[in-house]
Amino acid sequence: MSATKQLPDAEALCTALADAMRGHVDPAATALVGIHTGGVWVAERLHAALGLKIPPGSINVSFYRDDYSQRGLHANAKTSHIPFDVEGAHIVIVDDVLHTGRTIRAAMNELFDYGRPAKIDLAVLTDRGGRELPIAPTFCPHSQSWPDAQILALERADDGGLSFRLIKK
Amino acid sequence: MQKSPQLNSHGELQHLLTIEGLPRDVLTHILDAAAPFSEVAEREVKKVPLLRGKSVFNLFFENSTRTRTTFEIAAKRLSADVINLNINTSSANKGETLLDTADNLAAMQADMFVVRHASSGAPFLIAQHMAATGRDHIHVVNAGDGRHAHPTQGLLDMYTIRHYKTDFTQLTIAIVGDVLHSRVARSQIHALTTLGVPEVRVIAPKTLLPTGIERLGVRVFHDMREGLRGVDVVMMLRLQNERMQGALLPSTQEYFKSYGLTPEKLALAKPDAIVMHPGPMNRGVEIDSAVADGGQAVILPQVTFGIAVRMAVMAMLAGN
Repeated sequence: MSATKQLPDAEALCTALADAMRGHVDPAATALVGIHTGGVWVAERLHAALGLKIPPGSINVSFYRDDYSQRGLHANAKTSHIPFDVEGAHIVIVDDVLHTGRTIRAAMNELFDYGRPAKIDLAVLTDRGGRELPIAPTFCPHSQSWPDAQILALERADDGGLSFRLIKK
Repeated sequence: MQKSPQLNSHGELQHLLTIEGLPRDVLTHILDAAAPFSEVAEREVKKVPLLRGKSVFNLFFENSTRTRTTFEIAAKRLSADVINLNINTSSANKGETLLDTADNLAAMQADMFVVRHASSGAPFLIAQHMAATGRDHIHVVNAGDGRHAHPTQGLLDMYTIRHYKTDFTQLTIAIVGDVLHSRVARSQIHALTTLGVPEVRVIAPKTLLPTGIERLGVRVFHDMREGLRGVDVVMMLRLQNERMQGALLPSTQEYFKSYGLTPEKLALAKPDAIVMHPGPMNRGVEIDSAVADGGQAVILPQVTFGIAVRMAVMAMLAGN
């Protein structure tokens, strides 16, 4: 692990992300969908900070991943839950870290199985580069690249505080 | 320790042939994996792409519309291509052997066989044959073989119990009825004891119990009222008329009187006890309509959970 590289401050990035989105979302009409697990935490923060009316949804994209045949199905009790009508909705997909883009593709595929959204945006705390698909975030307050052998993971403490941690693959 | 033929070299499930011998963590893993699949049924598009491009062959050497249908729905919701074969109206009647049938379908690029057979061990034989001929990529799911096992039924029953009762280690559970002919009962008993249920009871007349059933770790009762006292879960079995040979019972009326689940007998169980039945029910034989349609019955939720559990099993096998 590189000692010189500073991990991003997740709490500060949540605030910065909400600031970036304010004015671009309609509190009465925009719906957030967080990707399990980190994205769901961030979506909860954004929902409160932006005062959105529609309750946030959550999705577990493991049924839609393109690397399923290599990884297999891992028990993951997280269930997708979309508490609003996707048909015609403005949806912001929320995740903690944007990397290859494959998770976002899977999330979009899944959302279309619930209906046809009018518009989908993407909000992430940080972009670590390494894209393998033509996907770009709409809202992203921070970019920093990390070696492929390291996973940048969001964690939530018992008191609800969010922080980043590096995990070796 | 002898390796289970169901597990691959990494200890992952390669086939699902029986619950007997599966470790508790594998059972728990399947139950955990099933939970998110139940939500797929509530979507606009009731499909996820996990088995896209895979071919699932339902090989039913014995009739069962319901089980075949739930496997078919499960496979289709996983986006697999499903081919149904009712073999008792097909090549087996022309003299083809079980393994020749399997070989032919394997040559059609089958990825998974769901097998129902009147002979115990038939799915195991197919799985063994596939392994012996280097076709490890083909998975076999036992959909009921003879009197041996019906593992997905056992698993969906466990899923149902966990849904309503949460903690297996605090429960007293009674299995009632024709245990002798029941592959469902055997799968249930193995699953319940593996998951740590401290007291599993079987309630049946002597003629409908296999000898030595106590060795599976159950308490035997011949008096239904005594056996139901204080239980958390009542698992009814179907009286298998079509398997009945000889005079095992005086009459179905007599059976109902002694072993039919009536509201009056159910009152001896805990007030919040649930009533399960694998279907199809014989109303007025093993279960009273007032119980089958009553507030404690979870028989229809069992059917719904069964699809999620079968989806989880097929998705896990295909990924291993």
